[in-house]
Amino acid sequence: MKHLLSIADLSAADIHGLLELTDHMVEISQRQIPKVPALRGKNVVSLFFEDSTRTRTSFDTAAKRLSADTMNFAVSSSSVNKGESLRDTIETIAAMGVDAFVVRHKSSGTPQMITRWTTASIINGGDGWHQHPTQALLDCYTIRTNLNRRDGFDGLRIAIVGDIKHSRVARSNVQAFTALGAQVTLVAPPTLLPPSLDGWPVEVSHDLDAVLPDLDVLYLLRVQRERMDDALLPSLREYSSMYGLTADRAARLSPQSLVMHPGPMNRGVEMVVDPAELPGSVILDQVTNGVAVRMAVLFHLLGSGSDLKGDAS
Amino acid sequence: MAPSTGPRATTGPREVLSADDVRRALTRIAHEIVERNHGTDGIVLVGLQRGGVWIADELAAVLAGIGSPVPVGSLDVSFHRDDVGLRPIVPGHVTAIPVSLDGTTVVLIDDVLYTGRTVRAALEALNDYGRPHAVQLAVIVDRGHRQLPIRPDYVGKNLPTSGDEDVQVSAQGVVIA
Repeated sequence: MKHLLSIADLSAADIHGLLELTDHMVEISQRQIPKVPALRGKNVVSLFFEDSTRTRTSFDTAAKRLSADTMNFAVSSSSVNKGESLRDTIETIAAMGVDAFVVRHKSSGTPQMITRWTTASIINGGDGWHQHPTQALLDCYTIRTNLNRRDGFDGLRIAIVGDIKHSRVARSNVQAFTALGAQVTLVAPPTLLPPSLDGWPVEVSHDLDAVLPDLDVLYLLRVQRERMDDALLPSLREYSSMYGLTADRAARLSPQSLVMHPGPMNRGVEMVVDPAELPGSVILDQVTNGVAVRMAVLFHLLGSGSDLKGDAS
Repeated sequence: MAPSTGPRATTGPREVLSADDVRRALTRIAHEIVERNHGTDGIVLVGLQRGGVWIADELAAVLAGIGSPVPVGSLDVSFHRDDVGLRPIVPGHVTAIPVSLDGTTVVLIDDVLYTGRTVRAALEALNDYGRPHAVQLAVIVDRGHRQLPIRPDYVGKNLPTSGDEDVQVSAQGVVIA
């Protein structure tokens, strides 16, 4: 595997293989000295054309734990502001010797396009509404460990709630969760669903209260106010009362179910209760696991040279 | 490294140690460990994945009979190898070191000692878990052909081999294929 652009490029066995590799990375992260020399001499450049806190620092930490060198490209202080094209920017940085680019861009398909301009590995760190594959992998890993589902998600009921239309997280996660066997229900007002759901292996509901009691995982999405140019919601208060996780709804979740959120959270909108008071909240586990999953992805693309075919032992 | 089990397809595999020989060698090595370290205090056995793990468990059982029980761990050195990127690296099971290694005497255990590169990687990996007082090396078979200045402290059998031979170690014995 050379690039990680989309969950759609991965088979279920590939996903299992990456999650098994992640077990090793979790162990490394728990050592007294959480750093191994596996990617010494490799250069990983993060190229973020959109704001990010966790994805960028998470990739940075992951690369450093594997002893790779990292370079952060700050778009706001670069020659992009002088009108340099994306292609020229990539070719310029690649000429300094780069083994992998982690790319985030507001336009869907940008990481795919960059693969044509460089011989480096491209890792999609989120492109437009399209894909965010490492988020999907870290969410799978979080469910796998917290619900002890090493062998897959057969029969697991997962609801993804909120702004599906603008969400790359929803698109990646639907593919990853269903590839591992879960039943996914999308819960959203009609205005926040994509125009067509043809080919999506999901059920759709507009009523969160109806699906709530049967869930194993409640996955809340962020209401992306920056991507909403027209009036898709009457008001945030109405959204919150229909689709937000209130104390009342939290009490109706089954006790062993998980509550997840990719961050950053809108407190008082989709997350009305304090997640610190939710026993099923694994939101900080998602962040912790994000580093280990990204270590696995970096090692797999830059170091292992092997095919992923599940547990090899 | 030689796989510890599996079908032997090549013609004329040659048994060099029987199951009883392997058991006796393990018993002798356990006594040597006790003798050299004046007991079992502060000793931690660490089996290298994958071939050294069962040997570490066997040695621990023998040591428990002649001294006191010692902690046993297993170590996967995939991420410390010097050939990352040169050949496919498929990690085994996740490393499990049950205690801090600060001040302990670690006995690294593997089935076959060959080039020494796995042991070099293991020595480096151990540093992540603390600073042992000393590290010793026990192997069932030393087959020669070292590429690094590494030597074993406890050896089941010194076995001159050629580079194209395959040495397979299991509780059922040692076979050259």
